[in-house]
Order: sequence, then C-alpha cells, then structure tokens
Amino acid sequence: MATNARPQQQLAVWNDPQAVPYVHIDRVTKKFGDFVAVNNVSLKIYKKELFCLLGGSGCGKTTLLRMLAGFEEPTSGKIFIDGVDMTNIPPYERPVNMMFQSYALFPHMTVEQNVAFGLKQDGVAKHEIRTRVDDMLKLVRLQQFAQRKPHQLSGGQRQRVALARSLVKRPKLLLLDEPLGALDKKLREHTQFELVNLQEQLGVTFVVVTHDQEEAMTLSTRIGVMNAGEIIQVGTPKDIYEYPNSKFVAEFIGNVNMFEGRLIEDEPDHVRIDSAELGGTIFVDHGVSSAPDAVVAAAIRPEKIIISLERPEQADNVAQGIVKEIAYLGDMSVYLVQLASGKVVRITQPNTYRHAEASITWDQTVYLSWHASSPVVLSE
Amino acid sequence: MNARAEAPRRHRQSAGVQLILDFLQRLPPYRWTQARLVRWGLTGRTLVTAVPYFWLLLFFLVPFIIVLKISFAEARIGIPPYSPLLNWVDGSLAQIRLNFATFQNMIQDSLYWKAYLNSIKVAAVSTLFCLLIGYPMAYAIARAQSTWRHILLMMVILPFWTSFLLRVYAWIGILKNNGLINNFLMWTGLIEQPIVMLQTDFAIYVGIVYSYLPFMILPLYSNLEKMDLTLLEAAADLGAKPFKTFLTITLPLSMPGIVAGSMLVFIPAVGEFVIPELLGPSDSLMIGKVLWQVFFTKRDWPAACAVAIALLLLLVIPIVMLQRAQAAEARGAHR
Repeated sequence: MATNARPQQQLAVWNDPQAVPYVHIDRVTKKFGDFVAVNNVSLKIYKKELFCLLGGSGCGKTTLLRMLAGFEEPTSGKIFIDGVDMTNIPPYERPVNMMFQSYALFPHMTVEQNVAFGLKQDGVAKHEIRTRVDDMLKLVRLQQFAQRKPHQLSGGQRQRVALARSLVKRPKLLLLDEPLGALDKKLREHTQFELVNLQEQLGVTFVVVTHDQEEAMTLSTRIGVMNAGEIIQVGTPKDIYEYPNSKFVAEFIGNVNMFEGRLIEDEPDHVRIDSAELGGTIFVDHGVSSAPDAVVAAAIRPEKIIISLERPEQADNVAQGIVKEIAYLGDMSVYLVQLASGKVVRITQPNTYRHAEASITWDQTVYLSWHASSPVVLSE
Repeated sequence: MNARAEAPRRHRQSAGVQLILDFLQRLPPYRWTQARLVRWGLTGRTLVTAVPYFWLLLFFLVPFIIVLKISFAEARIGIPPYSPLLNWVDGSLAQIRLNFATFQNMIQDSLYWKAYLNSIKVAAVSTLFCLLIGYPMAYAIARAQSTWRHILLMMVILPFWTSFLLRVYAWIGILKNNGLINNFLMWTGLIEQPIVMLQTDFAIYVGIVYSYLPFMILPLYSNLEKMDLTLLEAAADLGAKPFKTFLTITLPLSMPGIVAGSMLVFIPAVGEFVIPELLGPSDSLMIGKVLWQVFFTKRDWPAACAVAIALLLLLVIPIVMLQRAQAAEARGAHR
C-alpha cells in the first residue's frame, strides 16, 4: 500500500476556522454546452499545502485545474487566489504556474531557453535570469543538459525541465496536471519523493491533479476526491482511506469489502448490523447517524481481516468461507474467500516470515475475523 | 535460395486469389524471373521505388539534357533550327562543337540580367504579399471549428476548378479602365478619372498574389493545424501576452510551413509568363516573357534554351541550399 512521504502534519491548518485560505474556490460550476464538467465545487486550499484532486477520467479535475490557471472561465462562481478575484484575469497575469501533463516544452528552444522563457516575459535582468536559471537547473540536476533540445532528453529529464520551468518564476501556487503520468513505475516513485522535498524546500502551494490514488496518497497533505464534476470528500490521505464518507470513495481508494446489511442495534457508542451477505452480524465500536432499520453497508479493508484455520472466540465479526484463490505477491499474499452467500471476500496478509506456512491452501475452510473498530458504516 | 528469402509477404486475400497466386509462384517462369531480378539487385522494394525515379528520368532528366544540348548549339535556319553538337563521319565521332557564344551573349546583354533581376524582384515581392495575406488566413482556418475548417479549406481550393487562364482574364475585367473597380469608384464619386491599373506592375502583382495564394495557405495551414496548442497555453502561463506568444512560439514553429509556402509561390512566380503577358505592361521585363520572345519571335532556340538553363540554375541553387539546411536540422533533431 502507499506510504505517505511526508511526516504527519501536526498543525492542521484546514481545521482552523480562523485560517485564511490561499486558494478559495467558491461555488464554481463549469458547463461545456449541456455537459456539466464541474458542478458547484467549493474548496479552500491553504498556503504550503500539497493538495491532490483525485478522480477518474472525465470527473472534472483537469477542468478545475485549468480554471485555476485561467485557461477556462467558470460558468458561475468565483475563484480567489491570495484574496484576489481571478475572474477576467488572463493566464499571463495570474500568480500561478502550471506543469502540463504533456510537459509542453517548447521544442525549438534549449533546456536553458525553456526555463528562462518565463523570466524573460517579466523583463528580469539578463544576469539575474542567468543565475536563476542556473540555480533551478542545479536543483533539478540538469546543468549538463542546459544546451540540449527537449527531444534529446529522456522522459524523466523532460519532466524535470517542465518542473524547473514552472518553478523558476517562484510562483506562490503551482498547478501540476498528472505530473508523473508519463514516467515508468520506478522513476515515478523516486520522483514522488523528490517532488515532496522540493515543495517543502520552496514552500510553494501545490495543486496536483491525478487519477492515481497511490500517487495522491504519497504526495498530498489533503486529497479532494472528485466524481462526475463534484467533490465527494476532502481529507488527509489517512482520513480518506480509513474514514471514507461514501461507497464511492471507499471503493475508489484502495480495495474494500462491502457487506450490505440492516441496522439492528443503533446506540451512540456502538452499532450492530445483520448482514445476510456475511451470514452473521457485524459489531462496530462507534456510533453512526442513521435511521434504525436502515439498509447500510459495512466497508472493511482487505488488510484488516485476519484469516485463520480455527474459529476465533467471538460472536460478532466472524465469517466462514472457502479459499478460492491465493495470489503470492512477494511482500504479501492475497486470498479470495467465498462465503456461504456466494460473496467473495478479499484478504491481504503480509508475508512476515520467509517460509510463511503453506498451511492455508485452495478449497480449505477458513475463518475470517476483524476488530470491531475496523468496519466503516456507509449509508450512501 | 534467394527467391524464397525474397518471397512476397502474403496478405490476407480471398482463398481463390491466394490459390492462383500460390500456383503462379510455383511456375518456373515466375521463380526464374524472380531469381534473375534478385541477382541484379532488383527486389520488390527497389522496383516500387524505381517507378518515380523512372518517371523523373523520362520527363525531367531527358528533356533537361535535350535543352542543355540545344543551348550549346548554334542557331541556324532550317529544321531543326540549330546545329548538331556531334558530327559523325563514317560512323565515328569526328568532332564535338560546343558553342559558348550564347551564354557569353547572355552575360553581356544587360536585357537578360535585367529580366532575371526583375523577375526575382516581382516573385519576391509577390511571395511576401502572399505570406502577409496567407498567414492570417491559414491561421484563421487552422483555429476555426472543425466543421468550418473544411468549408474554408474548400473555398481556398475552389478556384482551382476554374481554368487558371480564365481567372487571369477575369482580372482584366476587374482592373481595366471601365472595369469593375473603376466603375464602382466613379459611381461613388471618389474619383473622376479612372485609375490606370491594367497593364501596370500593380496588375502583375495582383495577378500573381491572387493566383498563388492557395499554394501559400495550404502548407501553412497543415503546419499550423498540427501545432500543439498546449505550447501556447504554456507560454501564456509563463507570462507571455498573446502577441508575444505568437512571435516567440507560433512563428518560429511555423517556419517549415512558411519556407514551403514561399518556395511554392516564389519558384513558379519567377518564371511566370501568362500573368505579366495578360495583365502587365507590354514592355515588362520578366524572364518568362523574354524566353517566349526569344523562342517564338526571334526563333533562336539555343538562346531560349540557355535562358531556361540559367533560370533553372538560379532556382536550383537556393533549393539545394534550403534542403541542406533542412537536412542538417533533421539530423540535429534525431541525434
């Protein structure tokens, strides 16, 4: 599973009601003809955040980013950056730089000229351009490629040129559209950490668009999950993963087992769900706000389920099933277990020991159990 | 053994056709011919590429050699109206008579120089105007909505459906003293006397720019249409105002289109004959007209051929230089 590259942020600025947002998206809607690309989105992004807009293709995340850059105007609603209303301010006058998905490097210019382009537009003195471009190329470790043209560089090098070009003007806000999309897996992981380091070093506010949930988990201070033009949930990677607010978010981020059931006990400190799919009851050690007898779903992550050959001694949160598939992934194993109801449950177990007991095999009867804190009850 | 290696790749064909082909390939003449051709280095690929080469050889190189040959002959009265280059006596080559006098004349006679220079001037100015008019048009078409784009392109190509000659004649009706423009201006009362436009250099420029504009627009369009628009967004994002973006990004990236369009206009415009003949003043010095006069009025074939050869050299040198520059650039692009 993805790990977060940044240490836990102790002071969560977004929880402070007094904090002034750096970017304020206020009830923004964007329509293309009849198609609503972004639907009444409101967001507050704070200084030095690395905010990820996460969603599948066509969910409106790129349109939202392009509205921040000024390439699209909202149909309704307003965008404030550093307190200034951005309506009718063209892209070339916004205090924002963007790193494009395709990098959009100027093919007829050298790396150096590409990076210097933005500074030249601002009429920065020649010697200053030189030192700032040099510093930037040093930062992304491309000094020896300064005289190359973009087509003479590898994908990873191009990505770093694009990054250098968008950072050289020291923008307060940097927009990144799928910044790592074109890189292969190893390079991507490496670059993720570089990006986070750079962001912390320079103190720039990043807004990143991505469809890759692992990337979002690794990079961001907070994630905004989008679907069909709307923001479904905003929260830290941990919030989003451990406390999804809807079935969509639970299923979009990582894997999840969803058990439909009926609330039979609804107390402030616990609930009990009777699930025919599970063939038993689910006990959850926290309350939920839902109507009694409501049909809800309990979401349990695959890694939070314990698989055993003997029946654990607990009445709730237990299920019996037959192992249908085992996939050995090296660092962990994935088991697919079929319950009596026909429901297939996904369980992942770390391979802590080298000779992990081959005790569990295909077609064996096993017991699944989990802690009462693990399930998340979702009503929508 | 070579025959098998070079056997044509089988494409998906109907079973019947495949059967016949298989059968034919087994026949001795096929295999024998193929083996022979391969031995001479004639594989399927070389044969296919040979077709355009053969075409060029037949319709370009051979006529060129004939013209070159005539340019070194002496004019005489008779059929053909020039002396032979090679004299044969008793079936063996007796002498080669190369006559350089024609070329010497051409260098000494300032008429030719002036005609060449004037042609180049007219062609260059026309090319510049074509570029100034054609670039915005190509740009507008390339940025138009895709439904409009095809209609606009069609309108650029549409004049080709009418004879070139007819279209030039039509300009006479527009430009002459009691033509469309003068009648309109006199009707509005802007002028009292008609403006003399026909049979002026102005008319030549109008005719050339009008006739060759599509040749400028089409390559420019195909270049501008392919341009990656995110580059323009990137430039705007980095603080470049629209006009600056045009100068620093669009214009340099459309250079190949500009060069191609300019070549397509400049080269035929230099040798243009019909337009200056019909629209220009009778004493206009264009090399195409001079060529026509030398050939048909003076009936001096060698001189006419020499003029043509000189014109060709004049145009070949910049083309070769251009190609070298482009090849160097392409090498740089793929290093």
